[in-house]
Amino acid sequence: MHIPDKPTLHKAKDPHTELADHHAVDHLKKDDHGHDHGASHGSVKSYLIGFALSVILTAIPFALTMMKVLPSQMLVPVILILGVVQILVHLHYFLHMDTSSSQVWNNAAFVFTAIILGILIIGTIWVMTHLNHNMHPGMMGGGMG
Amino acid sequence: MSSPVAELHEDPLLRFIFGKLDINSVPWHDPIIMGAGFGMVSAAVIVIGLTTYFKKWGYVWSEWLTSVDHKKIGVMYVILALIMLLRGFADALMMRAQQALASAGGAGYLPPDHFDQIFTAHGVIMIFFVAMPLVIGLMNIIMPLQIGARDVAFPYLNSLSFWFTVAGAILVNVSLVVGEFAHTGWLAYAPLSGIEFSPGVGVDYYLWALQISGLGTTLSGVNLIATIFKMRAPGMTLMRMPIFTWTSLAANILIVAAFPILTVTLALLTLDRYLGMHFFTNDGGGNAMLYVNLIWAWGHPEVYILVLPAFGIFSEIVATFSRKRLFGYDGMVYATMCIALLSFLVWLHHFFTMGAGADVNAFFGITTMIISIPTGVKVFNWLFTMYRGRVRLELPMLWTLGFIITFVIGGATGVMLAIPGADFVLHNSVFLIAHFHNVIIGGVLFGCIAGLNYWFPKAFGFRLHTGLGKVSFWCWLIGFYVAFMPLYVLGLMGMTRRLSHMDNPIWQQYLIVAAVGALIIAVGIAAQIAQIVWSVIKRDELRDETGDPWDGRTLEWATSSPPPFYNFAVTPAIGNHDSFWDAKQTGQAYVQPDSYAPIHMPRNTATGLLIGLISVPLGFALIWHIWWLAIASFVAMVGIAIAHTFNEDRDYYVQPDEIKAIEDARFAKLKTEA
Repeated sequence: MHIPDKPTLHKAKDPHTELADHHAVDHLKKDDHGHDHGASHGSVKSYLIGFALSVILTAIPFALTMMKVLPSQMLVPVILILGVVQILVHLHYFLHMDTSSSQVWNNAAFVFTAIILGILIIGTIWVMTHLNHNMHPGMMGGGMG
Repeated sequence: MSSPVAELHEDPLLRFIFGKLDINSVPWHDPIIMGAGFGMVSAAVIVIGLTTYFKKWGYVWSEWLTSVDHKKIGVMYVILALIMLLRGFADALMMRAQQALASAGGAGYLPPDHFDQIFTAHGVIMIFFVAMPLVIGLMNIIMPLQIGARDVAFPYLNSLSFWFTVAGAILVNVSLVVGEFAHTGWLAYAPLSGIEFSPGVGVDYYLWALQISGLGTTLSGVNLIATIFKMRAPGMTLMRMPIFTWTSLAANILIVAAFPILTVTLALLTLDRYLGMHFFTNDGGGNAMLYVNLIWAWGHPEVYILVLPAFGIFSEIVATFSRKRLFGYDGMVYATMCIALLSFLVWLHHFFTMGAGADVNAFFGITTMIISIPTGVKVFNWLFTMYRGRVRLELPMLWTLGFIITFVIGGATGVMLAIPGADFVLHNSVFLIAHFHNVIIGGVLFGCIAGLNYWFPKAFGFRLHTGLGKVSFWCWLIGFYVAFMPLYVLGLMGMTRRLSHMDNPIWQQYLIVAAVGALIIAVGIAAQIAQIVWSVIKRDELRDETGDPWDGRTLEWATSSPPPFYNFAVTPAIGNHDSFWDAKQTGQAYVQPDSYAPIHMPRNTATGLLIGLISVPLGFALIWHIWWLAIASFVAMVGIAIAHTFNEDRDYYVQPDEIKAIEDARFAKLKTEA
């Protein structure tokens, strides 16, 4: 909390100023290439690993469903979990998210999104289960909760 | 009114060309609707005629319609909001008149079918096309100035967002004359909004108007978040940002997190209506209660999308007009972010009575009450800012004081509604109507009008007239209490909302008082229009040459009024919050630099305007099942967007000579002022 010792208005020679100065248009120009996002481009190898993992994670639920090896109460959670794992694979191998310091904002946004999604999905399931329980007693096999 | 179900053309060719639309889609025999339609068309013709007569099309096209300047887009948002306010308020007057006339068994003048459309249109217009454009408009005008930026992060996207919002507003207004609007209430609860119970085009107008404008809002949220995170002037750390920028950030994060829920929910309802799916119908495994759950998962954050920026406006005004640094800046920031997160944890309080049971209701009741704590922190911060400050009762401060008192009352009734047991009595009653008008008018609307009075000189270079502004303020404040306090009483007496005809003479006296209140507000709105018109006429007397008419504290007051298109000739460096105030104290404000560097600016583009306006025929065609037009419009929109990507000539440098000429003129004026 100090009064700046430089004049408040100063020249655009300062490198920081330069950055803020041109950002508006930098975005217009560079967004297509994604260079100023702090995320690295992946290698062919990393894309192939991601692709292989995605195929495997898609094939497993397909196989489980078609071969009917699991009871349906088990099957649905397993498919959901594999789906979430696949989301993480996509984020890491295709969208290049990792825990490096250049990704702080991406990760913060991701955590925020995850919290909101968690609140919504868990909350909705909780609310709707209660509503079904109370409003359709016959269907859920129970009386007033 | 005619039956809402349009009879399909028998001729397949006519059906192909016109879909469900035919000559009887326009209610020719309804004098109220035709009168309103005639009024709207005449107003449009007058505006177009005057623009042509004064040969201003070139100016309007290049300076406004195709502009990507955040200040001009913001001003256009505000103009859109004020026009739609007149429409939404006309609906309010009609409802108050109908209920005052038809509460003791009288017939009134509106059939139920028309009354239902009016309360639906009133809610939709006031939230989506008045409050949202006002808030987004003010954020657009001021936030980039507060952080020392040249424009928003994606200027073309900003223009596109605005024109999508306009397209939604146009569709809602078209529904007045061609076809009908939804009869369902502003959130179009399923199953009433499903095809079985709403077979007409009203809900389709609702769906497509909100989808198109909602897309604009989401894009705008992305844009403003990127602007705040990436384009702050050097030295402006997050904890040095002005509070309005903070609350804008919170509101835009909420937009990006919540609006997709609305989009998906409306899309699911659209699939139900257009493709016979069963997400929200009881047959086929659907569940109408899920619609209510989802729409409020968006709807509650939406409330805070509107009110958080208003809190930010009041914070700026209180600090400026008390000549003190805002009390508890850090507390204000944390309270804002707390409210933003908590706003996602309370949605069930809108449907306590739907049958979720004690556990769920108790949880959401408690989270709702918890929100009042950070909100209370804010109220005390404003009070302590004024305490021992030199409070100047200028117009923005009057609105702020009116807000604090009114909002606290609305908040208190909100905490009452948060008690699930009490809500079983008050749910769907006019007590609820009184409560949310209390916080939306007292909070959002007072905030936006305070902001308009506060920042008008920044945007246009002259102040708004004080006398007429005071008339407007007192009419709004008194009118609000006269119009809505009776509704609290009526709610406790058992009157439910959305009644077109009643037979209870005891209620009628209260409804007549409420109607008088609405008329007092009407005088307030008239005074507001008069204030703007009179201020434009007397602009030379109200002129402000300094750029800082209120002795402001934040960066937007450091540049001239109106700011040059590049905002700041040199990017300011920030040493503290309230940095402009500090600069004035140490004599570092108003120092002209010796030379200027070229400034990189985006070029205007008509792409946003074209895509936005073509979304009107797209929406219209989808509503009326005119598939060829829908496909053609969609292809045109995508084509224009792709063509735009080939346009490499999007930016240019303002040369130092031009900057110097503009700045020399400004400093010369500053000298004559001093």
